Amino acid sequence: MSVSAEPRQLGRLERSALTGVLVREVVNFSSYWRSTTFSSTVEPTIYLLAFGFGFGSLVSRVGHYRYVEFVGTGTVATAVLFSSAFPAMFGTFVKYKFQRTYDAILAAPVDTEELVTAEALWIATRAGVYGCVPMLVAIAFGLDPSWGMLTVPLIAWLAGFGWACFGIMVAGFASSFENFNYIVSAVLTPLFLVAGTFFPLTGLPRWAQDLAQINPLHQCVELVRHAVFGYDGWTDLLRVGVLVIFGLVLWRVAIRAMERKLID
Amino acid sequence: MSELAIRLRGVVKRYGPITAVDHLDLDVPLGTCVGLLGPNGAGKSTTMRMLTAQSIADEGELEVLGFELPQESKQARVECGVVPQSDNLDVTLTVQQNLLVFAHLYRIPHAERREAIERALKMAKLVDRRDTKVDKLSGGMRRRLLIARALVHRPRLVLMDEPTVGLDPQVRQELWALIDGLRSEGTTILMSTHYIEEAQRLADTVLIMSHGSAVAAGPPAQLVREHAGVQALEVYGPPDRLAEVEAEALAAGLRTRRTGTSVAILGIDGDGYSADGERRPANLEDVFVLLTGEQIE
Repeated sequence: MSVSAEPRQLGRLERSALTGVLVREVVNFSSYWRSTTFSSTVEPTIYLLAFGFGFGSLVSRVGHYRYVEFVGTGTVATAVLFSSAFPAMFGTFVKYKFQRTYDAILAAPVDTEELVTAEALWIATRAGVYGCVPMLVAIAFGLDPSWGMLTVPLIAWLAGFGWACFGIMVAGFASSFENFNYIVSAVLTPLFLVAGTFFPLTGLPRWAQDLAQINPLHQCVELVRHAVFGYDGWTDLLRVGVLVIFGLVLWRVAIRAMERKLID
Repeated sequence: MSELAIRLRGVVKRYGPITAVDHLDLDVPLGTCVGLLGPNGAGKSTTMRMLTAQSIADEGELEVLGFELPQESKQARVECGVVPQSDNLDVTLTVQQNLLVFAHLYRIPHAERREAIERALKMAKLVDRRDTKVDKLSGGMRRRLLIARALVHRPRLVLMDEPTVGLDPQVRQELWALIDGLRSEGTTILMSTHYIEEAQRLADTVLIMSHGSAVAAGPPAQLVREHAGVQALEVYGPPDRLAEVEAEALAAGLRTRRTGTSVAILGIDGDGYSADGERRPANLEDVFVLLTGEQIE
């Protein structure tokens, strides 16, 4: 009676399934890359201009960095966050709820685990590229190029993967768009402000400085700065470790959240 | 015994206190078209979702193309095509791009991809529209694309959830022709619908569902004969008159059903019963209403 052929069971995280989901994202990207590229270039430029000229006139140096160097490297993390957590949150929710894209994908030989992984990989890759834009803009504003800058896309990718998983997880738990307000106000905004992007954390109370150590965005800021101006050995390796753990944990949680949402 | 593309035994699916599918048995022999007919809320869509493991059964056995669900579902899905009830095409992409994405999702090897997309375009009669974005297509074209997308990898089994819901009669007929063509090529089809005509025209076998379980199954003509007889008498009149007709028929041991404006007296196969009205052949709708109840809950 059986009409099947071997093998009976396909593996997890199959390459062909990941490719299928990635192709969908890439093809879709071809229809909106202009607007994405525009906003991710214009935004950091505005930040640099505003903070560079605004604060820069009050503060010429932060520690041993010139202010443009400080902000130019710091806003890489901002760009990573904005090009990963937000698209992941909103994109996932729209695809789930309004476009019903996931119904179509999961009817194909793709599992939730593969779907979430491929989407996070894609968003991470975009973050890896767009994350570098503020640094390039800063170069135009006088940041000196260095060899270490070549590792910035990797840092941006790693942080982007974690934030993409964060966004997918939030979308997985959210029942409506309004839920995102809580996350943006209570989680992302504080993390964004105590990351050491626009001002150094040394002025904050001790407890806030300690808490900032588990802020992945802060680790990303520090890593990018060190990539540009010189790495700090074991400390930076530890920072990479924090980002790896951040990414791995949220990856699994995002998968669980989406499985609960998509499979009943 | 013929090989089965789908085999369900005692399948139960509950959502909290609601039992959406209640000990359902379903056989879909290879090479046939089976229609899942039932009113809204009968459990058709839940059944469809279970066949792709997007919904996991609480009890029972499910087999699709010989693979056990949900463990081996992914392998089964490689050979299935799914036409969803709600349009989930990528609207900012072109017709061809939509097909390309699914050619990848369904693992068509690189060498065969182009040909597969061309075939799907032809089948959906969208060759001239290949570069049109989906949001510029008419409703009928979108539906054809949705079906073509499910067929791009030449699946052995096609699952269609209400494939013509909410469409004009013209578009519906166009899709029927498409589905019928597929059937004649030997593709196995499971189609849920609440359009009786659709089931009658396309399905080799119909399974009537009500409250999550099968209340009857068989070829449409056989179901009609078994449950509604050969002929029906349609009596029109004001509500009071209809109530009288109904009472008379019941007294004579006949079954009736309301159609809104008339009462149909069923199973008047000889000349034994006479009343003023129109005689007509019994149909699947009579069976449907008899078995699933007159009132919508």
